Amino acid sequence: MNLHEYQAKDLLRAAGVPIPAGEIATTPEQAEAIAQRYGTAVMVKAQVHAGGRGKAGGVKFCKTPADAREKATAILGMTIKDLTVEKVLVTVAADIGSEAYVGIIVDRATKKPVFMVSAAGGIDIEEVAATTPEKILYYPVDTRYGLLPFEAMRMGFFLYKDVKLARQAAKIMQQLYTAFMNAGCSLAEINPLVMTPTGELVAVDGKMVIDDNELDRRPEIAALRDESSEAPSEVDARHANLTFIKLDGNVGCVVNGAGLAMATMDLVKYYGGDPANFLDIGGSSNPEKVVNALRIITSDPNVKCILFNIFGGITRTDDVANGIVTATKANPLQVPIVIRLTGTNEEIAVKILQDNGFSASNDMDAAVQRAVALATGGAA
Amino acid sequence: MSIFIDNGTKLLVQGITGRDGSFHAKQMIEYGTQVVAGVTPGKGGQHFEGTVPIYDTVYDAVQATGANTSVIYVPPMFAADAMMEAAAAGVKLIVCITEGVPVLDMTRVYPYIREHGARLIGPNCPGLITPGQSKVGIIPGRICTPGNVGVVSRSGTLTYEVVNQLTRAGIGQSSCVGIGGDPINGTNFIDCLAAFEADPHTKAVAMMGEIGGTDEQEAAQFVKEHMTKPVVGFIAGQTAPPGRRMGHAGAIISGSAGTAAEKIEAFKAAGMGVAQRPVDFVELIQARLR
Repeated sequence: MNLHEYQAKDLLRAAGVPIPAGEIATTPEQAEAIAQRYGTAVMVKAQVHAGGRGKAGGVKFCKTPADAREKATAILGMTIKDLTVEKVLVTVAADIGSEAYVGIIVDRATKKPVFMVSAAGGIDIEEVAATTPEKILYYPVDTRYGLLPFEAMRMGFFLYKDVKLARQAAKIMQQLYTAFMNAGCSLAEINPLVMTPTGELVAVDGKMVIDDNELDRRPEIAALRDESSEAPSEVDARHANLTFIKLDGNVGCVVNGAGLAMATMDLVKYYGGDPANFLDIGGSSNPEKVVNALRIITSDPNVKCILFNIFGGITRTDDVANGIVTATKANPLQVPIVIRLTGTNEEIAVKILQDNGFSASNDMDAAVQRAVALATGGAA
Repeated sequence: MSIFIDNGTKLLVQGITGRDGSFHAKQMIEYGTQVVAGVTPGKGGQHFEGTVPIYDTVYDAVQATGANTSVIYVPPMFAADAMMEAAAAGVKLIVCITEGVPVLDMTRVYPYIREHGARLIGPNCPGLITPGQSKVGIIPGRICTPGNVGVVSRSGTLTYEVVNQLTRAGIGQSSCVGIGGDPINGTNFIDCLAAFEADPHTKAVAMMGEIGGTDEQEAAQFVKEHMTKPVVGFIAGQTAPPGRRMGHAGAIISGSAGTAAEKIEAFKAAGMGVAQRPVDFVELIQARLR
């Protein structure tokens, strides 16, 4: 789960990280009032779950409250990577001396959270990583001991030669690590970490991504989810315990298991079609899930054919068949459906489907070819 | 012959009285796996299905039965403790089926397991099977048949798909291992490839990867440098869209996104066969067994 910048900053601030004051505005008037109250130059920053906000024009420097109002008018309602900006963060603009990068990510290779720090921070940090990797220090942390003081200092000195600054940076790294662990993050970063002309370090931007598997035991973090910033169909799917990603094609796919779901989409493409979505109904079988899956898929007007590909292991194929029958009785399908199922209770499933006027095959390639033909209007 | 499990495997089931644990314990017993014990705190002294003794702790179960392998079906928030409990009790092969284990938990579990000299498979995996001998986990037994092809995969149902197609074409398997798709897992492709290389009965390997990370590229490098046996690979997610990525850290650490194209390139560079579709495994493996 992605947090907004302002939410990440709240968590970082609570852990002690120095961050310029800021508040959320949903109207230009609010933005003006906040800037008025601060009495300084401010930044107005779009709050959407996308990178590259600055390059898209969603981050602006404002000298006066009237300026903040004008910039907020432009930013609120704009679209960044298909996401509409509903909120802006109005925050005191920091004087920038230099910009550093400090991030932590759970790393597959070392199987640990790894710190990445660089004195060459800012929006081009990926370029730095690609062209001058020696400017980045990678430091894995053993979570059983936590970030040790000497480790934080080593990273502090990598960023700043001056011991006072190194100490400030080390403290911020401890605070970032604490926030990372306490929120159950898979990623947390401060970019840029700004040194002001007077030698103070402040975090000017912050990002956090929470491991979805942590949310059950961290209700206060789960409550930060902003559903208005997600595609409605994806929100609907999550409430139904389905993993769903909308795509642009016209073959609606319902599959059990992420690997098989991706392989099914690949096969649709292989036979000349285009998948309309990724949808994984998961392992446990439950007719209700199938009903929800069909409802979500058929709400997409692009879908010209529905393809079920079910390999029953834990999933009982008769449950899937019952779900298809229940769902289509309540809401008759407007598009053709191709059903491929095999595995646990296959014979029962085929009988249920046949008794209700559906046919089913057990061959994945044949089913995908047929679905592609139906979706493209060709002969099936 | 086989890797990791065989008819000498003495299995204990952690969470044997739960919904999933009890269902799959029955399936494993039916398949012929020696299920020697179950563990559910508070139910020590009872018996599962009237035959398998249940213990309160893994320690008690191992002391009483000599179990050498454990399979875990406990809820995600208890899985980390269950894995470490098994390692501490001296179990040498620990298979965690549980899906949804927080990755930060795994940053503590992984080094703990290693320091105890145990092997972990999973979490979030279907387990493994040595056809005709032993099944640990949830891979449907009837789609497998004994033979000499090793199967290793990051996915569950995609593995079943491929194994089923192999079996229907008369190609049997030495062992099939689902290593799971979580960012931190106990056993990776290379561990399995090395074991298949060392297993005299395995003649070829089928490997199913996915987009994301660099495990497949590293596995391809291993194949190139250390394997004499032919390996055929597949990557799921060739048409998956790039995600809306937040922050820079992911790109900094991996350089690129672990796309299907770069993984397939790595397979080709290692001289591996590349299956474009799951069904292609049949022909590619057949050609390499001749």
